[in-house]
Amino acid sequence: MSATSPHAATQPLTMSGAEVVLRALKDQGVEVIFGYPGGAVLPIYDAIFQQNAIRHILVRHEQAAVHAAEGYARSTGKVGCVLVTSGPGATNAVTGLLDALMDSIPLVCLTGQVPTHLIGNDAFQEADTTGITRPATKHNYLVKRSEDVARVVHEAFHVARSGRPGPVVIDLPKDILINKAPYVEAPPATQPHRSYRPVTAPDMAQVRKAVALMKQAERPVIYAGGGVINSGPEASRLLGEFARLTGFPVTNTLMGLGAFPSQDPQFLGMLGMHGTYEANLVMHGCDVMLNMGARFDDRVTGKLSHFAPTAKKIHADIDPSSINKNVKVEVPIVGDAGQILAAMIQVWKEDSQPPKREALAAWWRQIDTWRGKNCLQYVQQGKIIKPQHAVKRLYEITRESGRDTFITTEVGQHQMWAAQYFGFEKPNRWMTSGGLGTMGYGLPAAMGVQIAHPDALVIDIAGEASILMNIQEMATLAQYRLPVKVFILNNEYMGMVRQWQELLHGGRYSESYSAALPDFVKLAESFHGVGLRATEESQLDDVIREMLATDRPVIADIAVAKDENCFPMIPSGAAHNEMILGPGQEGGVAGVTDEGKVLV
Amino acid sequence: MADDSGNFRSATIAVLVENEAGVLARVIGLFSGRGYNIESLTVAPVDEDRRLSRITIVTSGTEMVIEQIKAQLDRLVPVHKVSDLTLAGPHLVRELALIKVVGSGEHRVEALRLADAFRARVVDATTESFVFEMTGNAEKVDAFCALMRPIGLAEVSRTGAVAIVRGSSALSV
Repeated sequence: MSATSPHAATQPLTMSGAEVVLRALKDQGVEVIFGYPGGAVLPIYDAIFQQNAIRHILVRHEQAAVHAAEGYARSTGKVGCVLVTSGPGATNAVTGLLDALMDSIPLVCLTGQVPTHLIGNDAFQEADTTGITRPATKHNYLVKRSEDVARVVHEAFHVARSGRPGPVVIDLPKDILINKAPYVEAPPATQPHRSYRPVTAPDMAQVRKAVALMKQAERPVIYAGGGVINSGPEASRLLGEFARLTGFPVTNTLMGLGAFPSQDPQFLGMLGMHGTYEANLVMHGCDVMLNMGARFDDRVTGKLSHFAPTAKKIHADIDPSSINKNVKVEVPIVGDAGQILAAMIQVWKEDSQPPKREALAAWWRQIDTWRGKNCLQYVQQGKIIKPQHAVKRLYEITRESGRDTFITTEVGQHQMWAAQYFGFEKPNRWMTSGGLGTMGYGLPAAMGVQIAHPDALVIDIAGEASILMNIQEMATLAQYRLPVKVFILNNEYMGMVRQWQELLHGGRYSESYSAALPDFVKLAESFHGVGLRATEESQLDDVIREMLATDRPVIADIAVAKDENCFPMIPSGAAHNEMILGPGQEGGVAGVTDEGKVLV
Repeated sequence: MADDSGNFRSATIAVLVENEAGVLARVIGLFSGRGYNIESLTVAPVDEDRRLSRITIVTSGTEMVIEQIKAQLDRLVPVHKVSDLTLAGPHLVRELALIKVVGSGEHRVEALRLADAFRARVVDATTESFVFEMTGNAEKVDAFCALMRPIGLAEVSRTGAVAIVRGSSALSV
């Protein structure tokens, strides 16, 4: 800045701070901004009114603006952009920001602020936005000088998209937006930031160590997470190439679904608390584990002291603070998943040591016996629709349609069933709130996806409780004619709460019943959409087909079995080999220890 | 957190940061938000044009926790360098203390005698009080304060630790 400001000062300033913000957004490649106006950001709204480069999508609640930007970002790989006003605008956005932080989603959120001379005076709609959002963002800025506006916007986009991606807040006082400000171009990519320099290229010595370990492996597994998705589609292609080269089994985390094709014979399904029997037993029994872009989350590891007890672990992650945080590993590799996979493929090919093919064949025979358990089987009998069956039919019918399909979810049982029964062959097609577990995520996220992919099929697989948390966004769908499909698995319960109360709290269903539900068909109609309902199995396929054929927003209310539980399940505090399987299947120990009860 | 409770240790960490608004809040928020200990923390600008500040943090935890603390600090955008002086080798740790002792008669004489033994200087005196200035590591200041307590210790102000590695190697950006 110091190098450019004297130059800028010699020219007459013609742009307001708000205009400089919009110019910087445009130069950063922003095409869409999700927002909600208010007093402190009126100058930006005035500037938006007078230009055509950036499209503004008016949401109905600021939290939804952030989730919509997340959906946009996750389905495109671009930085999502949000604009909200000061005070309540900013505080409403906080849940979305933390959601994006936990799931490593690149966002830039512009918040209005009271004018600089009023900061700290408890002015109308004032909030300490940088203070409140500090632990909910990767970084944040309060712009106090007009000459910093353009530089901060450029820097915010760099911070949001580079390294481990995340949300960045720029707090903009109203006087800074009104006053004239100089525009400066984004610094060239070759000019590094003064202090922030994330590592993306791996240390080749570590890559060679990892490959040497994998060549010796008799019972290997590749456990791939959201880092592969965030690296870009090329990383997913390289993951497939590496899996074929090695013949290793692959499991994905909830965040990683789509990084490896679900139809691939080497795919074990999702792992973790509601992962498949085969994926979790492979994790438990493996001798070499390659963690590619995942973070040993507690939903994945189960009881840490019993996690993969015989495995030598390789952990590839772009964030050095993820390494040795929960699980100590033998070979850490810091870098971008795509670059690490490319390096591993090269080293694997160069290395003359043959892999242990016989042992690997025996490992696959073992895996096939675990697969034979068919842990996701369920019995669909009679009229009552099983929720698993609803998701499975949704998957099969959308596949038959051949359309490019994007799935978002809310949070709870329906989310896990979607992860288990809906297959993804490509990255960026699956948007779910993994880290924070935010009910109300799915509908606004689907909105953002549909904005980015106007011709694609976008479905929010929802529960009847979660959907009510951001139901107001039905109005946004109507306004912008976004043909998002909301597929509600309606069991009249906060299903996952009900399930834990059944398993852990003696069946005392405290406050988990969804009383006084709206009529979702009429609700859809009142929001200018189409409402459909299936109450019996015989109606299910027709409702799904009609939903897909409708080129308008649709709510499909699917009445499903009320007491169905989501299995397999690793109870909290248990190890991977202590899974509970569904009714009629032998499983591990179904008990939960007192130690486990305190875990979430 | 995996169990490595066996090797709890103390660590003195030097952090070079951009001297900008909010940077200290980021560091302190990181410690409180993630449940790490702060035993002492000092901060001041250290370069000619006052763009860089040096934060010295004394903390403790298991080896895994201390590695986490360093990685988490390094992840903050305005952080340039993080150095664990405890691992970097022999290093000096000092703090400055101003210690007010109130009393009369024989107590005043004893206070001066002890101050002399601890190389504490008198920087303010009245007929019924002294203010001593002393530097040293935390143990030395603790010991001096403990001795002064029965003599009339009235008030203590301490900076917390600052630290630097011995020898020619230097921490810079």
